[in-house]
Amino acid sequence: MDKLTAFIDSSNYAESVCDHAAWIAGQLGLSVELVHVLERQKGHHAPVDLSGSIGLGARTALLEELAELDAQNAKVAQKRGRLLLEGALERLAAEGVTDVKTRLRNGDFVEAIEDVSADSRVIVIGKRGEGADFASGHLGSNLERAVRTAKQPVFVAARAFKPIHKVLVAYDGGPSAEKAVDRVIASHILQETDATLLTVCKEGDPMAGKAEAALKRLQDAGVTATLVMRPGHAEKVIEEVAAETGADLLVMGAYGHSRIRTLVIGSTTTAVLRACKIPVFLVR
Amino acid sequence: MNTRHFSLAQYRQEWFGNVRADTLSGLVVAMALIPEAIAFSIIAGVDPKVGLFASFSIAVIIAFVGGRPGMISAATAATAVLMTPLVAGHGLEYLLAATVLAGVIQVVFGLLKLGQLMRFVSRSVMTGFVNALAILIFMAQLPELTNVTWMTYVLVAGALAIIYLLPRVTNAVPSPLVAIIVITVLTMIFQFDVRNVGDMGELPDAFPVFHLPMVPLTLETLMIILPYSLAVAVVGLLESLMTAQLIDDLTDTRSNRNQECAGQGIANFFTGFIGGMAGCAMIGQSMINVKSGGRGRLSTFIAGMVLLILVVVLDQWVRQIPMPALVAVMIMVSIGTFSWSSIKNLKDHPRSSSVVMISVVAVVVATHNLAIGVLVGVLLSGIFFAWKIAQLFGVRSELSDDGTQRTYHVEGQLFFASVEDFNAAFDFREALEKVVIDVSRAHIWDISSVGALDMVVMKFRREGADVEIVGLNEASATIVDRLAIHDKPDALEEFMKEGH
Repeated sequence: MDKLTAFIDSSNYAESVCDHAAWIAGQLGLSVELVHVLERQKGHHAPVDLSGSIGLGARTALLEELAELDAQNAKVAQKRGRLLLEGALERLAAEGVTDVKTRLRNGDFVEAIEDVSADSRVIVIGKRGEGADFASGHLGSNLERAVRTAKQPVFVAARAFKPIHKVLVAYDGGPSAEKAVDRVIASHILQETDATLLTVCKEGDPMAGKAEAALKRLQDAGVTATLVMRPGHAEKVIEEVAAETGADLLVMGAYGHSRIRTLVIGSTTTAVLRACKIPVFLVR
Repeated sequence: MNTRHFSLAQYRQEWFGNVRADTLSGLVVAMALIPEAIAFSIIAGVDPKVGLFASFSIAVIIAFVGGRPGMISAATAATAVLMTPLVAGHGLEYLLAATVLAGVIQVVFGLLKLGQLMRFVSRSVMTGFVNALAILIFMAQLPELTNVTWMTYVLVAGALAIIYLLPRVTNAVPSPLVAIIVITVLTMIFQFDVRNVGDMGELPDAFPVFHLPMVPLTLETLMIILPYSLAVAVVGLLESLMTAQLIDDLTDTRSNRNQECAGQGIANFFTGFIGGMAGCAMIGQSMINVKSGGRGRLSTFIAGMVLLILVVVLDQWVRQIPMPALVAVMIMVSIGTFSWSSIKNLKDHPRSSSVVMISVVAVVVATHNLAIGVLVGVLLSGIFFAWKIAQLFGVRSELSDDGTQRTYHVEGQLFFASVEDFNAAFDFREALEKVVIDVSRAHIWDISSVGALDMVVMKFRREGADVEIVGLNEASATIVDRLAIHDKPDALEEFMKEGH
C-alpha cells in the first residue's frame, strides 16, 4: 500500500499536520508514515574553553568530551521525539487512521526529505518549524529547500485544519501547473469539492486558451470547477481570490523558476505561501 | 560523499550560524598561527613575512571556498619542509611559482574527485602521518634550542608552564597568548640575551600586494618547480583531508572532500601571487579551533584577518617577541598533534598495523617528505592486506571409489598472493582419467589466478586426464571469459608452441 509521509516537530503545526495527514490519507487511501527529525543544535551547548592549549591526548579527550555532550542532548531529544510521535499516533488513531508507522531520524530536516522512500506519494509538512518566529512574515528557511528537494508533491499544512470543501487551483500554464492539474485529477482528491481554477492574466491573453483547456480536463474528470481570470500580481490575486471564494486549500505548481532567478527577484511560490492562511498543495 | 548541490541557505548557516563562538575561537587560533607561520618561514629559508602573508591569505580564501567549515588552513610545517631545498637552490621567486603551480594541481585533483582516494589511507597510515608531523614540528624547533644561552631554556620552560598551567586557573583567555605576552614583557624589561622575531628576517609592515612571481616562463622553470609543486599538492591535500576527517569526527558533521581539494588549490594559487608560500590545513590549530567552540567558516576567516592585522599594526611589538615564546607554542602544537595513544596501542594492535605506522614515521623523519611516508604506508597496508586475504584460501579433494577420478574443491579468495598455495594444492603425479575442479566456493579476482587455473588444467591434460571446471560463479565467470585460454580449442597447441 502506498503511503504519505508527514513530518512533525514540536511547533504549533504538529497537530495540524496530523489532521491534514489524516484527511489526505482518508481521501487517497494511503497509509501514514510519521517522521520526526532530531536536528542537532549547533555548538550552542558547548562549554567555552578559550585556553587554546592542546596537551597530551588532546584529540581523544576532545572527542570524548564533545561526544559526551552530544550524547546527553541526543538522549533527551530522543525521548522528547518519541513522546511527540506517540502523541501524534494517538491523534491519528482518534481520527480513524490506524495504519501508521513512526520514524525518528537524526540529522538535517532537508536530508530527511531527500531520503523519503519512493513509495511515498505525498509529503506533509507544517508551514513553519519549531525554530521560526511566528510573528514575522519570515517563512521557515527550511521550507523552500524542502520543497525543492522533495521528489514528491508537498502538502504544506496551515496552522489549523479545516474540513476541505472548496479548492483553489492556481494555474500559470507552466509545466508544473499542468502537472498540478493532472495530479488533482488523477488523485481524486477534488472529487467531493468545489474547485476554482484561477489564472492570473487579462481577458484575451494566450494563457486563457490553455486555462480553458485545463478547466475542460477538470470537468471531464468529474470535478465541479469554474474558471476565474484576473490580472495582477500573482501572490496578491491568489490571496484575494482565495478569500473571496472561501477556499480551504490552494493547489499550485511550485518553484517553476530557476534558483538564480529566484535569488534575484524572489519566488512567487514563497510569496504565496507567506500570504495564504490556507493549506497549500505544491506540485513540482 | 556529498553529492548535494549548493544551497545558499546552508552556506549562510555555515558562515553565520555560530557567530559569537566563531569570533572568539578565531582570535584564539590566530595566536597559534603566528608562531607556526614564523617558525616555518624560517625552516623554508624565507622571511617571516612570506609565511605570515600566506597564513592570512590561505585562511581567508579557504573560509570562502573550503569544503570543511571550521577547519583552519595556513602556512604549515608539512608543506614548508618540502620547499626548503627549492628556496636554497633557486630562491624565493621559484617558491612563489611552485605555490601557484601546486594550487593548480590541487584544483585539478579536486575536479578529478581524487578525494575519494583517501579510502586507501588506512588508520595506521593516518596515525603515522600525524605522529610524523608532530615530530617534524618538534624537530623544526631544535635549531632554536641548540647553541643558545641558558636563558632560552628558562624562557621556554616558563612559557610552557604558563601554557599548560594557566588553563587550570581560567579558560577565559588563550594561554599561548598570555605566555607570549608575559615572556615578551619580561624580556623587554630585563633585556635577556635571546633571539627575537625581528632577528629572523623581514616582517610585514604593510598589507600584501599583488606580485607576479619573477621567474622565466620556460620549460626549464617548470621542470624545476614541478617536483616540489607535486609533493606540496599531495602532502597539502593529505593533511587537509585528514584534518577534515578529524573535524568531521569531532563535530559529527560531514565535509565535502572534493570541494576541499579544489578550495585548497584556489587558496594556494592566489597566495602565490601575493608573495606567500604554499600551505594546507593544520591539525593542531584546527583542534584548538574546535576546542574553543569554532564551527563555522567565520572562525577561519577571523583567524586569518586577526593574524594580518596583528602583524601589520603591531609590527613593532611582534618584532620584540622572543623566539623561546614561539618555540614553546610550537612544542605545545607538536605535543597536541602527536597521537600518544598510538604508543600504548603498539602493544595491543596487530603487528602489521604497528609496522605500517612506524614505517610512515621512519620514512618521513628520514626524508622530511610526508608524501613519501604515506605512499610507503599505503603500499605496506596493501601488501599486508593481500597477505591476510590470501590466507582465506583452501583446497580439499576426494578420490572416486574406482580411483580414476579426483574432485578438487577450491574455496576462498584466489588472486596473485594465493597463486602459490593454489599451485601447491594439486597432485599432478597422480594418474587419473578425469579431474574435476570445483571452484563454486572460490572467487577469482585477477589474471594471475586465471593464469594459475589455466596452468593447472594444462598440466592435468598433459598427464592424460580430462579436466572439467565446475561452478564458476558469476563473478569469476566474467573474468575467466575475458582472460582465460583453457576453454579455447587450440589452447594446448599454443601452450606447446611457447616451449614450456
